[in-house]
Amino acid sequence: MATMPILPNMPALDLIKSFKLKTKQQELLIRVSILCLVYILAFITRLFSVLRYESMIHEFDPYFNYRTTLYLTQNGFYDFWNWFDYESWYPLGRIVGGTLYPGLMVTAALIYRILHFLRFAVHIREVCVLTAPFFASNTTLVAYFFGKEIWDTGAGLVAAILIAICPGYISRSVAGSYDNEGVAIFALLFTFYLFVKAVNTGSLAWSLASAFGYFYMVSAWGGYVFIINLIPLYVLVLLITGRYSMRLYVAYNCMYVLGMLLAMQIRFVGFQHVQSGEHMAAMGVFFLLQVFYFLDWVKHMLSDTKLFQAFLRITVTCAVAVGAIALGLGMLSGYISPWTGRFYSLLDPTYAKDHIPIIASVSEHQPTAWSSFMFDFHILLFLFPAGLYFCFKRLSDATIFIVMYGLTSMYFAGVMVRLILVATPAVCLVSAIAVSATVKNLTVLLRSKNKGVQTGSTKGSSSSKASSKALLDQSQPFQKNGAIALLFGAFYLLSKYATHCTWVTSEAYSSPSIVLAARGAHGSRVIFDDYREAYFWLRQNTPPDAKVMSWWDYGYQITAMGNRTVIVDNNTWNNTHIATVGRAMSSYEDEAIEIMRSLDVDYVLVVFGGVTGYSSDDINKFLWMVRIGGGVFPVIKEPDYLVNGEYRVDKGAAPKMLNCLMYKLCYYRFGEMLTEYGKPPGYDRARGVEIGNKDIKLEHLEEAFTTSNWIVRIYKVKPPNNRW
Amino acid sequence: MEAPIRATGILGFTLFSLLFFVCRSSPLHNLFISNAERRIDVTSHIVKVYLTLKVENAGTTPTSEVLLAFPPTQVDHLATVEALVTKGKRKKTTLVRLDVKPTELPDAPNGAKYFTIYLANPLNSGESTTLEVLYLFTHSLEPFPAEIGQSESQLVHYRDSALILSPYHIKQQTTFIKTPSTKVESFTRVEPTNRAGTEIKYGPYEDRPPYSFSPILVHFENNSPFPVVEELVREVEISHWGNLQVTEQYTLVHGGARHKGVFSRVDYQSRPTLSGASSLQHLLARLPPRVHSVYYRDEIGNISSSHLRTDSRKSELEIEPRYPLFGGWKATFVIGYGLPLQDFLFESSDDRRYLNFTFGCPLLETVVDKLTVKVVLPEGSKDPSAVVPFPVDQHLETKYSYLDVVGRTVVVMEKKNLVPVQNSHFQVYYTFKPIFMLAEPLMLASAFFLFFVACVAYLHIDLSIRK
Repeated sequence: MATMPILPNMPALDLIKSFKLKTKQQELLIRVSILCLVYILAFITRLFSVLRYESMIHEFDPYFNYRTTLYLTQNGFYDFWNWFDYESWYPLGRIVGGTLYPGLMVTAALIYRILHFLRFAVHIREVCVLTAPFFASNTTLVAYFFGKEIWDTGAGLVAAILIAICPGYISRSVAGSYDNEGVAIFALLFTFYLFVKAVNTGSLAWSLASAFGYFYMVSAWGGYVFIINLIPLYVLVLLITGRYSMRLYVAYNCMYVLGMLLAMQIRFVGFQHVQSGEHMAAMGVFFLLQVFYFLDWVKHMLSDTKLFQAFLRITVTCAVAVGAIALGLGMLSGYISPWTGRFYSLLDPTYAKDHIPIIASVSEHQPTAWSSFMFDFHILLFLFPAGLYFCFKRLSDATIFIVMYGLTSMYFAGVMVRLILVATPAVCLVSAIAVSATVKNLTVLLRSKNKGVQTGSTKGSSSSKASSKALLDQSQPFQKNGAIALLFGAFYLLSKYATHCTWVTSEAYSSPSIVLAARGAHGSRVIFDDYREAYFWLRQNTPPDAKVMSWWDYGYQITAMGNRTVIVDNNTWNNTHIATVGRAMSSYEDEAIEIMRSLDVDYVLVVFGGVTGYSSDDINKFLWMVRIGGGVFPVIKEPDYLVNGEYRVDKGAAPKMLNCLMYKLCYYRFGEMLTEYGKPPGYDRARGVEIGNKDIKLEHLEEAFTTSNWIVRIYKVKPPNNRW
Repeated sequence: MEAPIRATGILGFTLFSLLFFVCRSSPLHNLFISNAERRIDVTSHIVKVYLTLKVENAGTTPTSEVLLAFPPTQVDHLATVEALVTKGKRKKTTLVRLDVKPTELPDAPNGAKYFTIYLANPLNSGESTTLEVLYLFTHSLEPFPAEIGQSESQLVHYRDSALILSPYHIKQQTTFIKTPSTKVESFTRVEPTNRAGTEIKYGPYEDRPPYSFSPILVHFENNSPFPVVEELVREVEISHWGNLQVTEQYTLVHGGARHKGVFSRVDYQSRPTLSGASSLQHLLARLPPRVHSVYYRDEIGNISSSHLRTDSRKSELEIEPRYPLFGGWKATFVIGYGLPLQDFLFESSDDRRYLNFTFGCPLLETVVDKLTVKVVLPEGSKDPSAVVPFPVDQHLETKYSYLDVVGRTVVVMEKKNLVPVQNSHFQVYYTFKPIFMLAEPLMLASAFFLFFVACVAYLHIDLSIRK
């Protein structure tokens, strides 16, 4: 592209001109075909689980999303919007339309409609399963354009390749992981890209587009709060560093005002943009920009600099004071709601542990270990600082944005495991800059050395030319060989990255967690399909209005696959209700039956891994039930279930532990069972101990169903005894 | 143990026949049965009755119709009636199938229903012939007690008559009932009655007038599972590109004694013979040979417990429901498979094509309460007509599948109460022009062509307002 201005100066030969165009076309062709390949690669690398298991929905939350999408396609948008779901949170119910982010479901339903309009008779399940890989592919395209915007096309291409296979992103976007994040990361990156584009061009059209991108993000995921805080922070940094411009003014104002108005259309978000403390930063920056604009105008009108300085001081002080007073008044009057616990727990990693056990109980909310950074980012972890170095070397509005995005999201990724996902695009982009800039410098070095005599004809891009010249000037010995070695090193690292990503995807992120697979004694694959066995049993052989009590983890799956009403589910909006279930599980049977009768429970479902050695079962989750139950009902005390601070289920366990409902339901008649050769009956393989209470009698409950590997056990609540 | 049920009360009913014995010149009274032997097999949940009748014409006019009579309670459960006649002498006997049709007679006593067997050669005066009749009853074993626990065995009642209900005079008759095990709780005695091993013998009874009836009740153990498909929808989709795709949607229920109380996995795993003896653990489906891409799934995904065995003559698919079915438990599932088209699609002489396929359910030993067969013809086929060996309800539907514009014609056939014996073939005739096969590939090709043209156009047209 840099060759274009030179053309008119050269002897205008049609032949050369057409030749030049041809190289440009070749470059375009190579670029487009690389992008196509990356697009396809991003899709197929996420299909391990479909090939290995089947086209199915994974994990927990996706089952709710799938169920609502099914409802949306069957009953239409208005019914979906007004849907009151009687099957969850019995007896409270759930206003589904007002308590979810509909972006994902509407997207999937739209794809489904379009495919059916084009006469592709696909099932909605297939659409849902493949939505996440499809959006991952689209994300690679956005990453390309974003990289092109902040650096150059080379960086864009590398960014697309890196993000296509980065495990941090794949973990939430494999086929079947039909969750908000799958769509939201695309929306997040797209919004950022459009905003940076708007800042770079100052075009109203781009900022309008970014407002719509923001609207899509708000409709898709609660993580939009990150955008609405990062962009004001970015604007603030630009203001402080003296990079205020008309472009920024146009981009931010249009994006903020329109984005806010559009976001209010989502019922779950509502008026939070003007009422919640988490969104106030954006509003503050919005007013600050107006002040800057006003000052700019005054500066333009006033010729006296001294007068302006005084005016500036007064205005800024007034503006800040008015803002602070308004915020204080809003907070005091309760118009502006304070920050939520989830927001606090992001800023302070220890907050949730002390105050909100329900957040702390989720494994993906734990602080991130170093190993998982290495696992999810691999070489990007080293390339990221290098990329930051390049960014700082060539500071622009766009690079400042990516640096800020990278640094803030890396902090959040350190606070919570699941937020690695948000950091991934930034890490990939910054690393792509590092890779692209390094490789480019090295190749330029190699080529310029070859054509050392005819230096005049080599025309690289201006920056790389400068750097290559600088390198040439030093003219170190073995420069060429060193460059070759470095290039090989870079390619070695990149190929290692590719193999690592594929390995991680195939080994760690492609299991549906509904179907468990293990290696048998002869190396053959053994499938434990107990979850679906139990849910299907519930669906077929219990009364349609039966209410099932289980720990909240399984709520979405029971309603989606078992089609039965649950007491609590994964939408943990009512802590008291969950605590009631936790209390029932951790009480003695005759106390628990009172709670269960008051909740109208017909069946109780527990997950038990003692026979198969499946470790994420209810006994291992039990302490969280005690903690969450005890948080609301002080009768439940955690020390009652521990012996010297130790959690155990064998003979040395606490008496309350051995007789609580959860223990009884998990180990009922387990004492007669021989699980492992050479071990006594009642040997729990998940915890590696012989259980302490083998003679369990149930008074108010009876075993209704146990799956073939005992992973799910369902009990029926007996009707009260006849009094006559 | 095997004390006869108090027969005194029932004995009053034994001969309620000879009611409307009006003497008319009907062929009914020309015929009589000189010897009848009935073998009732109640070992599975489908009751099979083999009846051997030696029919003699005592009248003067030749007749070619022989009537079978059934009490109205039995006829509702009657799935099929077949009649065979032995041809040839001694060693060179062959069995010839005869036509059997339900018949209405105006003066049927107590609502008895009739089937007419049409003999191939009219029976002349004084001649005799031997008929082999086979009929099957479904839902005729009534569990008693109706609810059992996991470790109890399943006991059932079977009700019938010790004497064969017939519009003809029967000179001599015997009935054998074969039970699945020697465990018989009780049975009605109609002397002479005796029991040996797994067989109860009623008779021989001599010279019983028409419409003789003597109700009996047998109470015995039957631990075989009672797989009942409440509804089966079979969809056969023809693709002229060489594939026949069959999709079968089952609603399966265990029709035996209802399960009550606890289901204990410990007992079920450690004592399989004692506990849950009548539970339904697996089913065998017999599929056509050269079957491919078999799947077995339900609403929530694939069911991994199935095995397929294929050889050159047949394919057997052994399937296990997700959980063992106890009495009253349900399971729904889908079986699908592909078949090579040339095995089933043929060209008829009048330039039409026809599909020749089995009508019934491929699961063995299974009763189907309601069967719907849908044949999806390729897009563009005309004049469909179905030929089915027994009466069915028929209508046409339209289905839209991949890349359909006008939709595919679907021939829908419905039948109630079906047993595996009826897996006979049916034919669907239709006309189809091979040019329609190219419609969909051409559509796809032109869509891609238009897409590329649009891309080229976009790259060459400058749409910007400012120059």
